[in-house]
Amino acid sequence: MSDFWKRFSRNRGAVIGVVILAVVVLVAVLAPVLFPQSPWRMVQRPFLPPLSMDQYPLGTDALGRDVLAGLAYGAQVSLLIGVVSTAAALLVGIPIGALAGYFGGVADDVLMRFTEFFQTVPSFALAIVLVAIFEPNIQSIIAAIAIVSWPPVARLVRGEVLSLRSREYVEAAILSGQTSATIIWRQVLPNTLSPIIVLASLMVATAILLESSLSFLGLGDPNLMSWGYMIGAARTVIRQAWWLSFFPGVAILLTVLALNLIGEGLNDALNPSLARRGR
Amino acid sequence: MLRRLSLLAAALAISTTLHAEPVTGGRANVVIQPEPPSLMVGLVQNGPTQMVAGNIYEGLLRYDTDLEPMPQLAKSWEISEDGMTYTFHLHENVKWHDGEPFTAADVVFSADVFLRETHPRLRTSLEHVEEISAPDDHTVVFKLKQPFGPFIGIFEVGTMPMIPKHIYEGTDFANNPANNTPIGTGPFKFAEWEKGSHILLTKNEDYYEEGKPYLDEIYWHVIPDAASRAVAYETGVVDMLPGGSIENFDVQRIAEMDNTCITDKGWEYFGPHSWMWLNNREGPTSDVRFRKAVMYAMDREFARDALWNGLGKIANSPVSSSTRFHTDDVTEYAYDPDKARELLQEMGYDGTPVRLLPLPYGETWQRWAEAVKQNLDEVGIEVEIVATDVAGWNQKLAEWDYDIAFTYLYQYGDPALGVARTYVSSNIAKGSQWNNVEGYVNEDVDALFDQAAVAVTSEERQELYTKVQQILTDEVPVAWLLELGFPTIYRCNVKDLVTTAIGVNDGFKDAYIEK
Repeated sequence: MSDFWKRFSRNRGAVIGVVILAVVVLVAVLAPVLFPQSPWRMVQRPFLPPLSMDQYPLGTDALGRDVLAGLAYGAQVSLLIGVVSTAAALLVGIPIGALAGYFGGVADDVLMRFTEFFQTVPSFALAIVLVAIFEPNIQSIIAAIAIVSWPPVARLVRGEVLSLRSREYVEAAILSGQTSATIIWRQVLPNTLSPIIVLASLMVATAILLESSLSFLGLGDPNLMSWGYMIGAARTVIRQAWWLSFFPGVAILLTVLALNLIGEGLNDALNPSLARRGR
Repeated sequence: MLRRLSLLAAALAISTTLHAEPVTGGRANVVIQPEPPSLMVGLVQNGPTQMVAGNIYEGLLRYDTDLEPMPQLAKSWEISEDGMTYTFHLHENVKWHDGEPFTAADVVFSADVFLRETHPRLRTSLEHVEEISAPDDHTVVFKLKQPFGPFIGIFEVGTMPMIPKHIYEGTDFANNPANNTPIGTGPFKFAEWEKGSHILLTKNEDYYEEGKPYLDEIYWHVIPDAASRAVAYETGVVDMLPGGSIENFDVQRIAEMDNTCITDKGWEYFGPHSWMWLNNREGPTSDVRFRKAVMYAMDREFARDALWNGLGKIANSPVSSSTRFHTDDVTEYAYDPDKARELLQEMGYDGTPVRLLPLPYGETWQRWAEAVKQNLDEVGIEVEIVATDVAGWNQKLAEWDYDIAFTYLYQYGDPALGVARTYVSSNIAKGSQWNNVEGYVNEDVDALFDQAAVAVTSEERQELYTKVQQILTDEVPVAWLLELGFPTIYRCNVKDLVTTAIGVNDGFKDAYIEK
C-alpha cells in the first residue's frame, strides 16, 4: 500500500487532484451543516453581485437564491450521480466483458455486437432521448448515464480477460476442475482490476459532465440544485449576471479536472511498467 | 432592482406623451415569434397569425383600451332596446385587396357560413344568433335568440374577421389555394412570405380611410432564438418587439436603451390571466383550506417584480381587471405564510407530497414554478416539480393527472367568453386543457354565470358577476397568480403603434415613424 502511495504521489498532478476532490467531497458532505436552509430559498434581492454582502460572497441568482449554497448542494448531486451511475455502468459492463472474453466464440460475437449496437449511437444523443422518454428525475438520469457509459467497460474487460485467458495459471485452474464462474471470479477478474479502476475514475468525470449537460438543456431533475442546472438557468441572463454561470462552471471544471488527474495518477501507480518517465 | 424598476415605470409613463402630425412613409421592422403556421386568420387563430393577419384582414369593429367599440368596417351600429337586434352600417367604398367591392353579403358569408365552420370560439357565441341578414349592400342585421351580453365584443378581427365571399364561396375552405395569398380589406396587403426568414406586407393604396395607413411596408422578421431577437433590436435590425418576443430577463436591459419606449397596453382584449390549476377532485388540493393556504403562501408581488419586471397586476379575482365586470369587492389573499400554516394545521395536512407542473414556455415560467415551490415548502407543503415538455403538459392536464399546474388563459373582454369556461361544471370533460380542468362544481356558480350571460343590462350583469367573483374567491377553485403584463418594446419615434385593446394585432393602421 505504501508502495502504491509512493508511486501515486510521484505524480504531482494526481496529488493536486486528490486535494481538490477531497475539498469537493467535504463541501458536499457538510452542505447541510454549512447551509442549513434549502438552496432554493430566496434569501436576498435577485441578482446580488458577488462580494457585495459578506453573508452571500458569491451573490444571488435570478430569484435571490444564494449561489454558494447552490454550489455546495450541487456538489452533492454531481458526486452522487457520478458515482452511482458509474457503479451501475460497471455492474453491466464487467460481466458482459468478462463472459465475452472468457468464453469467446459465439458468446463473444453476440455480446460484442450487442455492445457495438450501443456504441454506434452517439452517447449524449442517446442520453437525451432516454431522459426525455422517462420523465427527467434523478433515477432516470442515473439510468441514462449508466446505459450510455457501460460499453467501453465491457470492451476493456473483454480485452483484458482475453489476454489472461491463455495464461498458465488459468489453464491450471481449469485442469484442477474449477468451474468457469469460479475461475472468472477468483482468477481472472482480480487481475483486471487496475485498468477498471483507472477507467472508473474517468467515467465519474464523464458522468458529471453528462449530468451537467443534461441539466443545462433543462433535462435535469427539477427538484435538485445541480451545477448544470445553475448554468442552464443563468444562460439567458449571462450578460447581466456573469457570476451565475461562472462559479458553477468553475466547480465543474475543477471537479472533472481533479478526477482526470487522479485517473492518470492511478494509472501510473497501478501500472508501474507503463508509468511515464520524466515527471 | 427597485431603482431599475422605477426607471421602467418612468419609461412606461413617457410612452404616453403628446404626438404631432402623422408622417407618411417608412418601413416597420417587427419581430414575429414564433413563425405563424398560416396567415389565413379565418382558419388559424393562434397568436402570431392574429398579429400579422390583423393588419391584412379587418373586423366590423375595433376596441379601445377600455374595450369600448370603435368603428372599423362598420361606420356605425345600433342595438335594439331588448338587446336582441344588432344593426351595422358598413363603409360604402371598401374594396378587397384584389379590387372587388366589399359588401354586406361578405359579412353574412363570413359570419354565417365560413367562420361557423372554422372558428370554434366564435361558433360558441354564434349559437345565440337566430339569423344574420343583409337588407341592403351596406347594412347587416344580427338577430339573437335571447339577449347575450358579450355580443358587442365579438367583432374584433381575430374573433370575427371578414372573409372574401367571392374567393371562398363553395370551395373547400381549408384547402383553398388562396389561403397562401390572403386577401383582406385591411390597411396592408400581403406581398411575400419567405418561410423561416420574413413576411412582407405593403401599403394598401386604396384603403377606404383617407390618408391611412402611413407606413409603406411592414417587414416581419422570423428569428427563432430569444437572445438573437434581443440582439436584433439592439443592433437596429428590428424596431419593434411585440409582447413575449424576448425573455423577461432581457426586458430591463433593452428598455434602458436610448430612444426605446415600452408599454404594457394593447392586451386588454385578451386579458392574459395566469393561475395554477388545483385539482379539486383528489389529494390535499381537494380541501378548500389547503387551497386557501396555497394562496396565502405565495409571494406574488415578489414573482411579479423578480420575474415579470414589475409589469402586470396581482390577480385578486377570476376576472381580469381589464375585462368587463371585474370587481375588487372580493376576498383578498395577501402574502401571509403564518395564516397558511394555520390553515394547514386546521385541516390536519399530513405532509402528503403534491406534484407541481410548471408551464413549459421558457425560463420565466420555470423560475416561477421554483419560486412557488419554495413558497409552499416554507409553510410546510411538500412539493415535487414534475418536468414536462409542451405535449406532456397538455396531456397531463387533459387527463387530470396533476395536483397543481401553471397556466394562463385569455379572457376576450367578457366573463361570459373567457372566464365562465374555467368554472362552470357543464364544462368538465377530459381531453382539453382549456375547460374546467380543476373539476370545480358549484351549482350557484353555474346558475350565476348562466344568468349573467343573458342578462340585458350592464348593471344586472355587474351584480351577478360581482356575486360570482365573491363566491369563487372564497372557495379558491384555482390559485390566481397575475394579470400578465406583456411589454411591447419599440423605438420612441414610432408613434401610435398601440392604440387598441389588441395592440400591434391591428395597430399598424395608425402607426407612423417620425423622421
